[in-house]
Amino acid sequence: MQGAEILLQATVWSRLLKGLWVTVWIAVASVGFSIPVGLITGWLMTRKSVIVRGLMRVYLDFIRIMPQLALLFIVYYGFASAWNINFSALTASLLVFVLWGGAELGDLVRGALESIPRTQYESAYVLGLSSWQTFTKIILPQALRRVLPASVNLATRIVKTTSLLVLLGVVEVIKVGQQIIDANRFQYPSASLWIYGVIFFMYFIVCWPLSIVSRRLEKRWSHE
Amino acid sequence: MDWSYVVQYAPFFVNAAYMTLFISFWGILLAIVVGAVASAIEVSRIPVLYQVTRVYIELSRNTPLLVQLYFLYYGLPKLGLLLSAEACSIIGLAFLGGSYMAEAMRGGIESVPKVQVESAYVLGFSKSQVLWRIIFPQSLSTAIPGIIANVIFLIKESSVVSAIALADVMYVTKDIIGMNYDTYEALFLLVVTYLIILLPISIIGTVLERRFDYARR
Repeated sequence: MQGAEILLQATVWSRLLKGLWVTVWIAVASVGFSIPVGLITGWLMTRKSVIVRGLMRVYLDFIRIMPQLALLFIVYYGFASAWNINFSALTASLLVFVLWGGAELGDLVRGALESIPRTQYESAYVLGLSSWQTFTKIILPQALRRVLPASVNLATRIVKTTSLLVLLGVVEVIKVGQQIIDANRFQYPSASLWIYGVIFFMYFIVCWPLSIVSRRLEKRWSHE
Repeated sequence: MDWSYVVQYAPFFVNAAYMTLFISFWGILLAIVVGAVASAIEVSRIPVLYQVTRVYIELSRNTPLLVQLYFLYYGLPKLGLLLSAEACSIIGLAFLGGSYMAEAMRGGIESVPKVQVESAYVLGFSKSQVLWRIIFPQSLSTAIPGIIANVIFLIKESSVVSAIALADVMYVTKDIIGMNYDTYEALFLLVVTYLIILLPISIIGTVLERRFDYARR
């Protein structure tokens, strides 16, 4: 296996891990910001107003039908020239991820809210619970169980999609990999095989546990 | 926005859309084949092959297409395996999509209750009759929404092939923005092109879903 020696250099690993840290950090921040946006979107989606629901429908459908890379281009290039603001690639990416994650999460929240029968609200009211108590003690625990498995799954999708950021020039794990490959072009001509191989497994190691958690939650809660 | 530019650039996007559709078509077709084989192995639990399939599905589902493509396009030539950008893209989409299709199809097959299969055997159906008359029609019905969602997902994912220099819709957009700074026109055509490709598929999907809904009715 010629060229694999490049992986014996400690600096290669520390640099790649630093890159992976950036990737994970972006994903965590995106998921974190997506949660409040998703809750609000989900709540808006269950409103009675036809206009609000219509707007939310268009928002969700547009986000769903456009490739994530296209959304990144629209925000990174389009918003910059439209309002003459210079987003850094990182800000643009975070914005796209939050818009996307918020829409997807919003739809999950909507589904969960709608799946709870009206009688439960009415029973809680009759039993004298305040609307806050009804929400935190009756609705939220049930809704959470319906939303959580798919949300964890959404998190893995967000992690995987951060790979696109290299195309906008964000220095994350793939970009670091490219830099290592370029710097060692003469000494280790076959570095690309090993470095991309390692990055492949790095993504796997981050996403796989999340997938397992998502599946377990789904299995455990699907029968209740 | 300058409409004369939109008109001028439109032909580029038509060509680019053909490229996107070409890669997606073959990628999705292969993904369906891979998915059918993988789900058949999973359901029948053939030893060794079952474990190999599980490993494949986990690897494919938990890694980004871009990294898979970079590995195929830049990594494999170092082992002497030189593939064209088109071949890499189609193989990459099939590798990614195969696992998604497999999961959708397995879900379909598993949704057919065991008693039905047992009853069919008792009634004297042959193995192939059970497969084609009992399991297949019902699993198709349950699997179709998932399969269509995957088709749309894979066409969207194909936007990543621009990263290995295939002149698809994303690539042309970036080219026009980079060369002429006609950002609005390029982005407008980008959105319109993807809407033209994906909206009909999503509508056909809804129609097919209703048409094949017999297993749940």
